Amino acid sequence: MGYYPGCAITKCSTSEEYGTSVLGVSEVIGPELEEINDWNCCGASSGHATNHKLSTALSVRNISLADKDGYDEVLAPCPMCSQRLIISQNDVQEDKKLREEVEDAIEMPISNNVKVSNYLEIVKNYSMDEIAEKQKKKPEGLKVASYYGCLLVRPPKVLKFDDPENPKTMDEIVTAIGAEAVDWEFKTSCCGGGFTLSRTDVVVKLTNDILEGAVEAGANAIAVACPMCHANLDMKQSNIEKEYGRRFNIPIVYISELIGLALGLKPKDLGMDKHFIDTGSVINAFSNIEK
Amino acid sequence: MKIKITTKELTSDFAKEVKERSGIDVKKCYQCGKCTAGCPVAYEMDYMPNQIIRLVQIGARKEALSSRTIWLCASCITCSTRCPKEVKIAELMDVLREMALEEGVANPMEKDITTFHEAFLNSVKKHGRISECGMIMEYKRKRPKAALKSALQDLSDGSQLMLKGKLSLAPHNIKGKDSIKRIFEKLQ
Ligand code: SF4
Ligand code: SF4
Repeated sequence: MGYYPGCAITKCSTSEEYGTSVLGVSEVIGPELEEINDWNCCGASSGHATNHKLSTALSVRNISLADKDGYDEVLAPCPMCSQRLIISQNDVQEDKKLREEVEDAIEMPISNNVKVSNYLEIVKNYSMDEIAEKQKKKPEGLKVASYYGCLLVRPPKVLKFDDPENPKTMDEIVTAIGAEAVDWEFKTSCCGGGFTLSRTDVVVKLTNDILEGAVEAGANAIAVACPMCHANLDMKQSNIEKEYGRRFNIPIVYISELIGLALGLKPKDLGMDKHFIDTGSVINAFSNIEK
Repeated sequence: MKIKITTKELTSDFAKEVKERSGIDVKKCYQCGKCTAGCPVAYEMDYMPNQIIRLVQIGARKEALSSRTIWLCASCITCSTRCPKEVKIAELMDVLREMALEEGVANPMEKDITTFHEAFLNSVKKHGRISECGMIMEYKRKRPKAALKSALQDLSDGSQLMLKGKLSLAPHNIKGKDSIKRIFEKLQ
């Protein structure tokens, strides 16, 4: 399967532990992932926010490269990337003129045969049985709030993934490895996304609401599948303390890290030492399954 | 909402222009306000999302394009998902931003946001992928005031990232960076 890491989760980037853990887990339970040759940035939020054609071309170039490499399915673990790739694919299918202009700009034909998926979809479709079979450790007392954010589920008509108001896929994975998935209201609330640098105040307010919602629902960890959600919820806890005087200190873990721990992978090999908020309590919750 | 609109503006066909560019039909909106009710950033906006739609409906071009709202929209797509009339509001925000930039009328109050987008895309244009350090430096250089305000926090965040090996100083250049440059030249 083709692998499109995107800028945020490659080595030496702000969310590299997401990439590290996705790849680590896939080595144990599949699917086999191979990086698409010479992929480029999809333009992320800044592309579509300012130039639709440019954003479409930057995204679609990667689809064409994947096709050239012979993949009919691509995993883009960053939901910003998977969303942009899928929306752009959809746009060029609906608009013939746009398709021609984009093909001219990327100097490659656009393929209709590449399916792009997010990480939750891939785990659900390929790996649930494998996880059950190869699980080595089980968590005790771990109450997880599954946080999907905006990009995994919206726009629902184009992404066709889960329920946009009350998604369940991540909760199912959390439950499958033996943790408790708490019921809470902020699953798809926006964290402020790309305003981390330009409007930090907005991000601090929105993440404060989300963290509060999780803690009130009884969670002792939050699971995410998005580098932007992770950066905002993990890094901004210190800003929140300064701004609102509240210290949450709740670990924010990637769903891939939770799966990795359940499979018995070493926390360090999953990149769990790279978080701002210490993940020790999550790691310690896992103990060997007695067989 | 208090706005002054001249009859000349009202007869201009802004809604039609938006529809031609994006396929979005603002005439379908019956102003129920559901988009605004779910918008996480509404509290910071000068016009509520449904008011932006109204401005486009009545042809108040200048008000819509120079609003702060279009920049404050976080593209969470909650509004489009919930709209009973299937108006693509989040996507409309994209088109309005694009037009505001083309016409040089982007609201100066949200310059931090427009500068961030600029710095982000410049980095992609140059290297094919984001060079985090380069992008942040360009943003901070162009927005010294914002940089000063967050200097201490940035310093601690930045040094933590460095310590953890998560902020690379070197840009990530791709082999096909010339083809990326050509994409920008053709479409930007
Ligand atoms: S939700 Fe839709 S119909 Fe209602 S005000 Fe917003 S755009 Fe108009
Ligand atoms: S997409 Fe923009 S306008 Fe719509 S709800 Fe989200 S922030 Fe508000």
